Amino acid sequence: MSAAQSDIMTETPKISLQNLHKRFGPVEVLKGLSLDIAKGESVVVIGGSGTGKSVMLKCLLGLMEPDEGKIFVDGEETTHLRGAARTDLLAHFGMLFQGGALFDSLSVWQNVAFQGLQRHTLTRAQARDLAVRKLADVGLKPEVADMMPVELSGGMEKRVALARAIATDPDIILFDEPTTGLDPIMGDVIDRLIVKCTKELGATTLSITHDMASARTIADRIAMLYDGKLIWQGEASSIDDCGNPFVDQFVNGRAEGPIQMPVQAG
Amino acid sequence: MRFLRAIGRAALRFLAAAGRLAIFTFVSLSYCVRPPIYVSQILRQFVEIGYYSLPVVGLTTLFTGMVLTVQTADGFGDFSDENAVATIVVLSVTRELAPVLAGLMVAGRIGASMAAEIGTMRVTEQIDALTTLATNPYRYLIVPRLIAGTAMLPLLVVVGNIIGIFGGFLIAVYELGYNGHQFIARSWDALETIGVVSGLVKAAVFGFLIALMGCYHGYHSKGGAQGVGMATTNSVVSASILILSFNYIITGLFFAA
Repeated sequence: MSAAQSDIMTETPKISLQNLHKRFGPVEVLKGLSLDIAKGESVVVIGGSGTGKSVMLKCLLGLMEPDEGKIFVDGEETTHLRGAARTDLLAHFGMLFQGGALFDSLSVWQNVAFQGLQRHTLTRAQARDLAVRKLADVGLKPEVADMMPVELSGGMEKRVALARAIATDPDIILFDEPTTGLDPIMGDVIDRLIVKCTKELGATTLSITHDMASARTIADRIAMLYDGKLIWQGEASSIDDCGNPFVDQFVNGRAEGPIQMPVQAG
Repeated sequence: MRFLRAIGRAALRFLAAAGRLAIFTFVSLSYCVRPPIYVSQILRQFVEIGYYSLPVVGLTTLFTGMVLTVQTADGFGDFSDENAVATIVVLSVTRELAPVLAGLMVAGRIGASMAAEIGTMRVTEQIDALTTLATNPYRYLIVPRLIAGTAMLPLLVVVGNIIGIFGGFLIAVYELGYNGHQFIARSWDALETIGVVSGLVKAAVFGFLIALMGCYHGYHSKGGAQGVGMATTNSVVSASILILSFNYIITGLFFAA
């Protein structure tokens, strides 16, 4: 084994989730989820509704605390970080929310440059320039900068949200269902933008989705979450012949199979 | 047995809610005294709460002063004159009517809009987005509203006092034919420090309570449009009840012998 190879083998993962457990009242949502993501890698977690995908992202961001288990970012434990330490950590993160979550009291450019404006790292003129540049990166014209979020169409809203997520050139970007609510063509446009922007930044990304087309476009590696645990992970290209009946059922979208959807009788 | 269990469950739920509110209040207050403070957000809320509530508070106190004058003059019957009416109007407006009615009106206007705005931000993940953009939502959303509510309501009540007494003056002079000069002189004499100060202290407390209820119910709302609607209703109802009960407590502190 060459020195370079052993370097890669021993490199600490950018993000490491270890044995996460999270329970809401009587329902245990995460039951020992573990996932390592290497620097610069793009991992997509697929799984049905209510399997705990969002909870995983929220635990990583610190919006929720796991009941058990540990979270490491760059080899440092971040599971229970709070206050200023959490804020400093989050400055390295970008997050694209499912509904965009743009601040509707602020204009588009103020949304995109929000962090620079609030932390006073940029003047207003610099912040505006940055916003216009980032909007161009996601294929939006400078005129959009002065619009309000309510004036945007669904696809534009996702683009602006993407521009905001990459505005600070973060090392880690998280995507929560990036194509939900978009038509298939706009979904593909957004997926390609995500790939382009994250590759340009060299960012590490973790996405959750139940849209297989989106997962195939974005992912280097796909993992499947079922019943609170990852039951399969592998190269994105290998998902069609993985031989796992759960994954197979999900990828092909069949009602019949080992995954039983709880349907109320009657 | 089932009856006891229901009582127990309700009691536990009440205690949990009280605890949540206490923690929310404590955390919010602790951020009020620690920088950074978002000055531009505070100024925006000053305008929102102070300036835009002026018409509502002005109209409320104007008509209250007018009605009070008519009723007092009628109630005193043959004994009614400039002196009696002016004294009653000034004392009632500054001590009770301006702070309480302004408080209730602002609770309807501002408390509801705070709960709706913050509640919508909660259900559309905008509050989570604030956190991930390295901005503390308590500092950015809650603290400016608490400060602005506490600072603005006393100013509104000062304006309300003046307009309320002016409303009384209008009726006394143009409706009842009293001597205007005498009415003003008597009003000035009737103004007492403790009455005005107690009214302004009440206003500050009410302003804090209105903002606290609006923020608390908005921040903890869940479940889409229906949840936001419920948060709005709860914020107005709870703020109104708190205003009326704290009015009694503060009155007791100032005036009980």
